[in-house]
Amino acid sequence: MSTGVAEKTQKTIGGIRRKFAPWNDPQAVPLISYKNVTKRFGEFVAVDNLSLDIYEREFFALLGPSGCGKTTLMRMLAGFEDPTEGQITLAGQDLVGTPPYKRQTNMMFQSYALFPHMTVWDNIAFGLKQDRMEKGAIDARVEEMLKLVKLEKFAKRKPHQLSGGQRQRVALARSLAKRPKVLLLDEPLGALDKKLREETQFELMDIQMELGMTFLIVTHDQEEAMTVADRIAVMNQGRLVQVDQPAVIYEHPNSRYVADFVGDVNILDATVETVEPGMVTLRPVAAPERRFRIAQDCAAKPGDSVAIALRPEKMRVELDPPADTNVNCVQGEIWDIGYLGDLSIYHVELPGGVRVKAAKPNLTRMVERPITWDDKVYVYFSPDAGVVLTS
Amino acid sequence: MASKATGRWLVLAVPYLWLLALFLVPFLIVFKISLSQDAIAQPPYFPTFDLAEGWAAFKEAFAELSFENYGYVLSWDNEFIEAYGSSLWIAGISTLLLLLVGYPIAYGMARAPKSLRPTLLMLVILPFWTSFLIRVYAWIGILSPEGLLNQLLFALGIINRDAPLQILNTDTAVYIGIVYSYLPFMILPLYAALEKMDETLLEAAADLGCPPFAAFWKITWPLSLPGVFAGCLLCFIPAVGEFVIPDLLGGSDTLMIGKVLWTEFSVNRSWTVSSAVAVLLLLVLVIPIVFYQNLQAREVERR
Repeated sequence: MSTGVAEKTQKTIGGIRRKFAPWNDPQAVPLISYKNVTKRFGEFVAVDNLSLDIYEREFFALLGPSGCGKTTLMRMLAGFEDPTEGQITLAGQDLVGTPPYKRQTNMMFQSYALFPHMTVWDNIAFGLKQDRMEKGAIDARVEEMLKLVKLEKFAKRKPHQLSGGQRQRVALARSLAKRPKVLLLDEPLGALDKKLREETQFELMDIQMELGMTFLIVTHDQEEAMTVADRIAVMNQGRLVQVDQPAVIYEHPNSRYVADFVGDVNILDATVETVEPGMVTLRPVAAPERRFRIAQDCAAKPGDSVAIALRPEKMRVELDPPADTNVNCVQGEIWDIGYLGDLSIYHVELPGGVRVKAAKPNLTRMVERPITWDDKVYVYFSPDAGVVLTS
Repeated sequence: MASKATGRWLVLAVPYLWLLALFLVPFLIVFKISLSQDAIAQPPYFPTFDLAEGWAAFKEAFAELSFENYGYVLSWDNEFIEAYGSSLWIAGISTLLLLLVGYPIAYGMARAPKSLRPTLLMLVILPFWTSFLIRVYAWIGILSPEGLLNQLLFALGIINRDAPLQILNTDTAVYIGIVYSYLPFMILPLYAALEKMDETLLEAAADLGCPPFAAFWKITWPLSLPGVFAGCLLCFIPAVGEFVIPDLLGGSDTLMIGKVLWTEFSVNRSWTVSSAVAVLLLLVLVIPIVFYQNLQAREVERR
């Protein structure tokens, strides 16, 4: 395949991705539907009265810390757990009570769960043989899958003769071979190193587009969820906190929990002073003499205690005050500097003792940076950089 | 460096010396006796080697060794070949029964809640705390015509008091005795193999459309095969040479090589023939042992 064609494919994929938004279409019928699903293990409530719709061809991510119920939610779709209450439908059919071996879902397991006594070929062919597919068709499908994951040369190997990355590919090929209605991915890249993980994320996206399948991924890695998914559901204690596109989740978190869980964030306590359409004025607790203006509609009333979420990359740290008087500004002292290579993270202590983080890209190769420890600095951000959180 | 190498040799030497002193040397003595001839003397065979008598006497004694006893044992006129065959048959059937009984038990143990497993394991090992001989004797009390089993069946009205079940002194009693006595040796390797199996493999099989019973044969069974082979050999090998169980529970027509060997040695007082029987028994058993070791070597390679 020449690079020209590859580029074109990429562009097409990008084009489809940009236009894809069935969740905004009131006519669209969801492929997967959780309706008031509750799952209890004894006293422990793993999933708490949860409803969620996932659409065909969607790459959907369940994101949350361990124990938040995301894996249970996925295992209920695969059939390994039955909901205590509620209903799960796949393509309009009620799934509750259907054993896993009769469901049109396939799962890629976190541990890969490859059959150690079978070759790569037999692992991939396993599900097809269960369907009593004829031999020629099985051979063709396995070949196709091996090609898809670039493991043609490893068909005769056993899983223990493969590297971690190769095993991951076999697991993916095996779960894709039956062309399931939904592919479930349980922390699929957790065992890979960072570089391989990033490469594989893009490959997963391309495979998903190429096969036109619905993928549901469970992960605790927010970067992974942001990279691969069309929509992300952030979960906490068995409930959905926010379900939206990655950019919305990141830029418009609906709660402290989401802001804090997804990406790096400074959360400043503040009191609401005035509320106008499209603009809120607040008095930060850390610097009560200052007023911050945040450009957003807000349901809070004057006098309410709220939080301002500020991403470090949207804050500037300078030795001089900003020329533009419209921006929010606060003075502080450099407490610590984290040099990451591409970025430096400045930890600034505000007069009230609260510390905030501001990221500054290192645009030049100068080793001596103008801002150093104990410098008095100005931290500032524009009104559209922050988000007021009322919950 | 030198001291490190010496240390390693010392560590390696211990098991070799152990095997040399307690296996190879006694075996060579038995082998030598099997090549000798019976004598009414002390010791009850000749020739004997005495290094004090010099080289010529040694050579003379050596010339008197022969394979005559092996010819006697392997002759169709005598019962030995039949006894070997019957022993292999009884041991084979017993091993099969052990597998049929032991596999479900080991499977149940391996799938039991983790907190319960040590207790179950303890219960399997518990019979070892009583003497093997006493446990076999106890079966006489259970299986005899007036024994506990028949009493129970009378009480339940299943059988007539005049016609008790004749189990004691039959091959059935031998099977019961072997299965009972050897069961832990079957369960433990099976349990070890089944317990380390990753249960998500069964979830993966179900996920790919395989119902539970088929998944057992396609996943669990092949993965437990090393345990099956280990358990079968651990039971089969000692069962072939078993003496106590056929002697106490078996009938006069239960023919097993262990019993024959004992008769040859204690009743017929033929050290030489019984030695030949023992050496041949070892040869018969070496074949499955070598087979097992090959299997283990392949297993190690696979990791």
